[in-house]
Amino acid sequence: MDANNLFSVEWTYLRPEMIVLGGAVLLALLDLLAGRRLPRQLFGWLALVSVVLAGAAIWQNIQTVGQPIGFMADMLRIDSFGNAFKLLFVSGVAFTFLLSFSHLQRDAIPHHGEYSYLLLIGLLGAMVMASSADLITMFVGLELLSLSSYILVGIRKHRLASNESAFKYVVSGGIASAFTLFGMSYLYGLSGTTNLHEMTSRIGQAANSGFGAMVLISFVFLVAGLTFKIAAAPNHMWAPDVYQGAPTPVTAYLAVVSKAAGFALIVRLVLLAYGGVLTEQGQSLLLTELSGYLSIIAGLTMMIGNLMALRQVHLKRLMAYSGIAHAGYLLIPFVSLTQLSFEQVIFYLLAYLVGTFGLFAAIETISRDQRTEELKGFAGLYHRAPVLAVAVTILVVSLAGLPVTAGFFGKFYLLMSALANGRYWLTAIMLATSTISFFYYFGFIRQMYMRSGETEASVKIPAGAAFIIGVAALATLLGGLFPGLPSEFIHQHFNSGFDLGGIMKPGE
Amino acid sequence: MVNNTLLSLITFSPLLVIVVLMFTPKQMVGTIKTIGVLGTLLPLIMSLMLFAGFDYSAGLQFIERRDWIKIPIGLDQNGSLTFFPIRYEMGIDGASMPLLLLTAIIGTLAAVGSWQMKRRLREYFILYHLLLIGMFGVFSAQNLFLFFLFFELTLIPVYFLLGIWGYAERERAANKFLLYNGIGSAILLLAFIAIFVQLQTVNFGELQQVLTNPDDPLSGYLSPEYRYGLFVALFIAFGIKLPIFPFHSWMLNVHVQAPPPVVMIHSAILLKMGAYGLLRIGINFFPDQAYEFSVWLAVFGLINIFYGAVLATVQKDLKMVLAYSSISHMGMVLLGFAAMNSIGFQGAIFQLVSHGLISALLFFIVGVIWDRTGTSTITELGGIAKSMPFISGVFLAGALASLGLPGMSGFISEFLALMGLFGAMPLHAAIGAIGLIFTTIYVLRAVLRAVYGPTPSRLTRLADAQPMEAIPLVVLLGVIILIGIYPAVLSDPLQKTLDSIVPVVTGIGG
Repeated sequence: MDANNLFSVEWTYLRPEMIVLGGAVLLALLDLLAGRRLPRQLFGWLALVSVVLAGAAIWQNIQTVGQPIGFMADMLRIDSFGNAFKLLFVSGVAFTFLLSFSHLQRDAIPHHGEYSYLLLIGLLGAMVMASSADLITMFVGLELLSLSSYILVGIRKHRLASNESAFKYVVSGGIASAFTLFGMSYLYGLSGTTNLHEMTSRIGQAANSGFGAMVLISFVFLVAGLTFKIAAAPNHMWAPDVYQGAPTPVTAYLAVVSKAAGFALIVRLVLLAYGGVLTEQGQSLLLTELSGYLSIIAGLTMMIGNLMALRQVHLKRLMAYSGIAHAGYLLIPFVSLTQLSFEQVIFYLLAYLVGTFGLFAAIETISRDQRTEELKGFAGLYHRAPVLAVAVTILVVSLAGLPVTAGFFGKFYLLMSALANGRYWLTAIMLATSTISFFYYFGFIRQMYMRSGETEASVKIPAGAAFIIGVAALATLLGGLFPGLPSEFIHQHFNSGFDLGGIMKPGE
Repeated sequence: MVNNTLLSLITFSPLLVIVVLMFTPKQMVGTIKTIGVLGTLLPLIMSLMLFAGFDYSAGLQFIERRDWIKIPIGLDQNGSLTFFPIRYEMGIDGASMPLLLLTAIIGTLAAVGSWQMKRRLREYFILYHLLLIGMFGVFSAQNLFLFFLFFELTLIPVYFLLGIWGYAERERAANKFLLYNGIGSAILLLAFIAIFVQLQTVNFGELQQVLTNPDDPLSGYLSPEYRYGLFVALFIAFGIKLPIFPFHSWMLNVHVQAPPPVVMIHSAILLKMGAYGLLRIGINFFPDQAYEFSVWLAVFGLINIFYGAVLATVQKDLKMVLAYSSISHMGMVLLGFAAMNSIGFQGAIFQLVSHGLISALLFFIVGVIWDRTGTSTITELGGIAKSMPFISGVFLAGALASLGLPGMSGFISEFLALMGLFGAMPLHAAIGAIGLIFTTIYVLRAVLRAVYGPTPSRLTRLADAQPMEAIPLVVLLGVIILIGIYPAVLSDPLQKTLDSIVPVVTGIGG
């Protein structure tokens, strides 16, 4: 169903992207022409509307798309893989806007016009990353997301911390992009194409005709560059500083949307580009040597994230390390590829999304209330806002991976696939580091229930944050009691036409 | 098959209490206490009904099976997802029924013991009932998955109960508790998932069938080495809970720092979950490996007995004496397991129940003494028998039961465990018997010094037991004596179940 020219393209399937792009353009024009005269919340609401509309359009695509549809020689590819990730991005960005309203109101974020459309552009970048099957569009999507994030991090330009983190983010992000691009150039040089589906067999041939070392070099550079987006070792160092300096909604956005987009890109790129490379025994190199490298990264990431998180007292830094640890867990289905890896990644990301966003909403509420972004702000919360404290308890228990929450089943699935593939030491690291994580996640519980805060006054929770926390806690519990529901949903709607290289074809 | 919902009703009846408590204003302290205590009668009455209806000639009974979770495990030829159903499976047999009943009894008595609690009562009772759900669930679950969920469910309430209502060093104790048990749970989960991935079932009955029947087609999936690894993993995971010697330090902190009712629950029930798991999952599923490992079981058991006993003789704090005494008594359970025969297992389960009752009794009394005198240090006490004759008398009786006086439950359980072991490893059994002498020394040293002797002037006017305190004392002591003089009350229901485990074990071991 490939379209050869722009006129035979079935544009209807690109509605989600078009809506987001249109929303961003509209907001930019509005801001330019009438920025000062309009109520500041208007931008947020307009952006939220376009995000919701895009979500509806994605939903419609999910219902109607059977086989993958490629546009312009797979420059963009509408398939269930992309759709699943796009739904995650859209819900993440919608949460971000909900969380931002109180921020916008207080004027904590200046330039509300830019803020809103940059978030939309970042979302567009993420969507392109998830649905492109071509190096060029992949990189364009990556840069769209990155560049808009750099500005978002530094949007409070009169604050030193915000500037510092934006600067760090730009510099380390630039280096990571260079690494990625360098790796991509090897891929292009070896295969002579930027199309990932053509690349699969050509890279395989190249590896067998004496260019094996080159293939490995490209892999190492690509992965080294891409670990930046997902904040995994060795490119995780930026996360704590950047998270700390960015406005809380942007931090949550980086921790969830940006990270998930990185995963979408890595999954498709690595599976398609290297899926065709076989060892002498006829096994896929992805299942043998390359997964060895990936498992080292996964193990290191889990250990660094969880160990460093132990010593954090600043909430956002804590969440940064927690996010690093989760990136490590999320690499496990990659290391132990099975037919279910995709479902596992999506399920885990879903659990991570609700857990992290809910917790960030709570952090935002507390740090506004207590004027501190440190863990001790949570002290005595149970006496001040019991419902909020119970909701936060559910969320941290889920992030720690204890039953009966969605996070438990996320980890359960990962463990299952790792054990089924005989990845024993990785499993051991995962279990050991998860146990370590109890410590810092229960730090919230210790503060909320066992310490007394400075005041006993009840906490005022903004409506947006309350909504997010409520939805997140409820979803976390439901996901833990009936984990079959999301799994089945993911499978029913996303598994058809799931074609990522030779390894993961259905029915094998 | 018709589902029997009694076990589910027992397990989840505390939920009703939790909901009622949530809607009770927290100022109504008296009402909260009353609801919290009377609420525990629900599962107790139903457990007694279950006991009355228990069929001694049947194995697994009161079975309930419902569809629950579907775990995706792969894709079929058409690319659609194949699911593995994890059912909600409850049931009970002779090995778990006594422990369930014990949980219900101690659950009620410890709630009565909570009458003295003063701070944040509503939260306290909510968490307390949450803990009850977990404990009932562990003993009624009939598959690995459900077992694990309930096992973990006990973790969070204990963490809170310990961390909020404990004594001075409560947070440290809570953290240590979480760390050790977190590691244990992680290892447990690892072993469970490994079993599930390899054998594609989690049901207890099916697993026993597959793992102990060499002709079963799935049986070949697990090499003996793999099984041995699994058994050792289970031994460590449950050993942390039990606790076995190098992993015991968390349990001392819990026993010293937790409020008295929580210690009662902890030492009477939660430690037993480790032993129950070791029998039900470890030994039951991997009899060959358990048999190979049985010498080590005996050695660890002896280490526990002597380590606990020796250290108990030098402790200054009554709570520490009792904590080390628990370690020592749990060693006797290991000896019973090591025997790998019917008598030994019977002794082990007797010991679980008996120690549950005795330690609950003793910790309750220590709590009462603390309440009156503000201390549990042995040297600061003394002569309290004059002002508290009733409590002191029960204390002494409990101590005698603990050291294994004939006519009380402690005697019969230790006797059975050692007798079982004599059949298999006479030397180890003989050494174990020497441990009993130590028990006599440390128990009598501590109790006699605290209860008799000269009375310090500030201890002359202590009130004897209130009615609310007398109930647990009388009930516990009564059951201890009942088992001591009429052990058939326990051994009859046990027999059928042990028969289903034992032939498998001895059939191979010879």
